[in-house]
Amino acid sequence: MTQRSALDKAPVPAPPGAGAPRPGASPAPPPPGPLRRALRSVTPGPAADAGGAALYRRWWLPWLWMLPAIIGTTVFGVFPFLNTILVSFTDAKPLGGAYDLVGLDNYRRMLSDADFWLATRNSLLYALIVVPLMVLLPLLLAILVEKNLPGIGFFRSAFYTPVLASSVVVGLSWQWLLSDQGLVNTWLQKAHIIRDAIPFLSDSWLILLSAMGLTLWKGLGWYMIFYLAALGNVPKELHEAAAVDGAGAVRRFWHVTVPGVRTSMMLVGTLTGIGSLRVFTEIYMLGGSTGGPGGADRTLPFYIRDVGLDPLTGNAGYGAAVSVALFALTLGLTLLAQRLTKEDEA
Amino acid sequence: MTTAPVPVKRRRLTPRWRDYGRPRELVVRYVLLVFVLFITVGPLIWQVLSSLKGAGEDVFGSGASLIPHHPTLRAYEQVFDQVPVWTYIRNSLFVAVISIASQLAFSTMAGYMLSKPGWKGRGLVWVLLMASMMFPFESIMVSLFLSVRDLGLVDNLVGVWLPGFVAAINVLIMRAAFLAVPREIEDAAMLDGAGEWKRFRHLYLPSAYGAILVVTINTFISAWDDFLWPLIVLRSEEQFTLTLGLARLQTSSFGYDQRLVMAGSVISVIPVLVLFVITQRWFYRGVSSGAVKL
Repeated sequence: MTQRSALDKAPVPAPPGAGAPRPGASPAPPPPGPLRRALRSVTPGPAADAGGAALYRRWWLPWLWMLPAIIGTTVFGVFPFLNTILVSFTDAKPLGGAYDLVGLDNYRRMLSDADFWLATRNSLLYALIVVPLMVLLPLLLAILVEKNLPGIGFFRSAFYTPVLASSVVVGLSWQWLLSDQGLVNTWLQKAHIIRDAIPFLSDSWLILLSAMGLTLWKGLGWYMIFYLAALGNVPKELHEAAAVDGAGAVRRFWHVTVPGVRTSMMLVGTLTGIGSLRVFTEIYMLGGSTGGPGGADRTLPFYIRDVGLDPLTGNAGYGAAVSVALFALTLGLTLLAQRLTKEDEA
Repeated sequence: MTTAPVPVKRRRLTPRWRDYGRPRELVVRYVLLVFVLFITVGPLIWQVLSSLKGAGEDVFGSGASLIPHHPTLRAYEQVFDQVPVWTYIRNSLFVAVISIASQLAFSTMAGYMLSKPGWKGRGLVWVLLMASMMFPFESIMVSLFLSVRDLGLVDNLVGVWLPGFVAAINVLIMRAAFLAVPREIEDAAMLDGAGEWKRFRHLYLPSAYGAILVVTINTFISAWDDFLWPLIVLRSEEQFTLTLGLARLQTSSFGYDQRLVMAGSVISVIPVLVLFVITQRWFYRGVSSGAVKL
C-alpha cells in the first residue's frame, strides 16, 4: 500500500485550534458569553449541548470514565508547571527539607549566570542550525523514496531504523565512529585527507556540531514519513505540466513541490524547533556526563538537571527558574512559528 | 509498503525496468538510495559486525577490519555474564508493560467519552488535555521530581512510570478513532439493549484496533528508549533500565570491552525492531495520522 491510502483510511480528526463551530452544527444559538465563546472556540465538533444533555441521566458517569485521564493530565501535566513557577521563588532542595521564599533571587542569579547564558546560546544555536536542515533534508529524502521502484519498501524501512533505536544506542554508535581511533578518523587518515585525528569528542564546538548531526541523523526517517504523506497530496498534473513547459527537476522542486508541502514544512519547522530546545541525550552521550569539557556544551535541559536536580549541590528553586526560562523560549518559538504560518497563508 | 505499481493498462502484468523511467534517472536514484542507506544504517550495521568480533580482533584503529574474521557470539555470552543485563531488561520491560496497560486502559476510556456528545464539561476537559500538552517535559521535570520524591518513589520503577501513566496525545488518538465508528451501528446496538460498557467493549474497542496498536507501539518505544527521566529518578544499579545500564557501561571506570557494549546495544534494539517489522503498516499510519493531529 502507498502512504496515501494508509492516511486516507486513518481517522482524520478535526485539527485542534481550527475549532470554529462547524457551519450548520446548531441553529443560531443565543449570543454566547466570553467564557463560553472561548471554550467553544477550542471545543471540537458540534457545541457541547447540541446533542442534548439528557443523553446521560447520571451526569457523573462521563466524568467517571474521564477520571484517570483528568487526574493524569492535571497532576502530571498542568500542576507541575504551576508548581515550577511557585518553586522558582524558593530555595527548595531536590531531596527535601526546609526551604525559604527568596522572591526574585533565582531570576536575578540567572540573569548574571554565565553558564545559563552559555546553555541558552547552545540551545538556540541548536535550533538555528538543526531546523533548516531538518525541514529540507527529509523532504529531499521523501522525494527520493516517493516513486514506487522495486525494493523501495526496503529502503523506506531501512531509513526509518535510526528512529527506532534509542538515543543512547545511536549515541554509543556515534561515539565509536567519531572517537580518535574511530572509523571516521581511521578512514580519513587512510585516505590521507588528514594527518591527525579530528577531535570530534573533545573539542567543545565539534561536540556540539556532532550532536546536531546525531539529532539530524536520528530524525531523518521520522520526518521522511511525515513528508511522504504530504507529497501524496501534491497533484501529479502540476509536475507534468511544469515538465512539459521545460522546467527541470530543480525548478520543479522549488516551484511545484515546495509550495505543495509548505504547510508540512512549517509544521516540521515548528516541531523540530521545539525539539531542539529539548536536546539532552545527544550531548550526554557525545560530551559525557559533564556536558562537554567544563560543561561548555550543556543545553538548557542539561543545565536544569545539573543545577536543579543534583542530589548534593542542586537547588530545585534555581532549576525551576531556568525551567521557566526554557518554557518561555519554547512558547516564544511556538508563537513565532504560528505567526509565520499565518503570514504565509495570507 | 513493498508493492510495486502494477501498470493497469498494459498487457504485461509484471512491470519491466523501463516502465519505471529512463535508465539514467534510475541509476542515479538507486545510487542515491544506496548512499543514504550507507549513511543511515551503516553505523548500526557496523555496531552489529563489531559485536561479533572475536577477542583477538581490533574494533578500532587502523588494524581493524570491517568484517569480523572469526565471527563469534562470545561478546553476547560475556555481556550476560559480567553485566546484570537481565535485570536491566526486566526493569525496562516492567516499565514498558505497566505503561502500555495504563495508557491503553485510560486513553481508550477517556477517548471514548470525549468522542460522545451530550455531556456537560466536555469543553473544559478538552482545554485541560490541550493545556497539558503545552509544557515540554524538560520544563516541568524539576517539579515532577519533587512530586515523585514526596510520594517516596525515588529510585523506584513505579516513579519512572507514574508521570506518564496516561498521555493526552493518546486520548486524542483514541477519540479520533472512536469518532470514525458509524453512529448507526451504535444506535442498533442500543436498540438491542447493549449498555454503555457493552457497546464500548464489544463495538468500539474492536473497531479501533489500529489506533490501539499505534498507542501500544508508541508507548512501548518511548518507555523502552527513554533516558533522561529514568536517569533522574533511578539511583541504584538494581533499578536501572536498559538505556541507563548501557550508558553506565560505556562511561564506567571498569573500561568494559567495547564488544560487550556493542552486544548490549544490539540486544536493546532487537525488541523494538521486531515489533516494528511485525506492525509496520500500522506504524506508518500512526506517524501520518499523528501528522494530522499535531
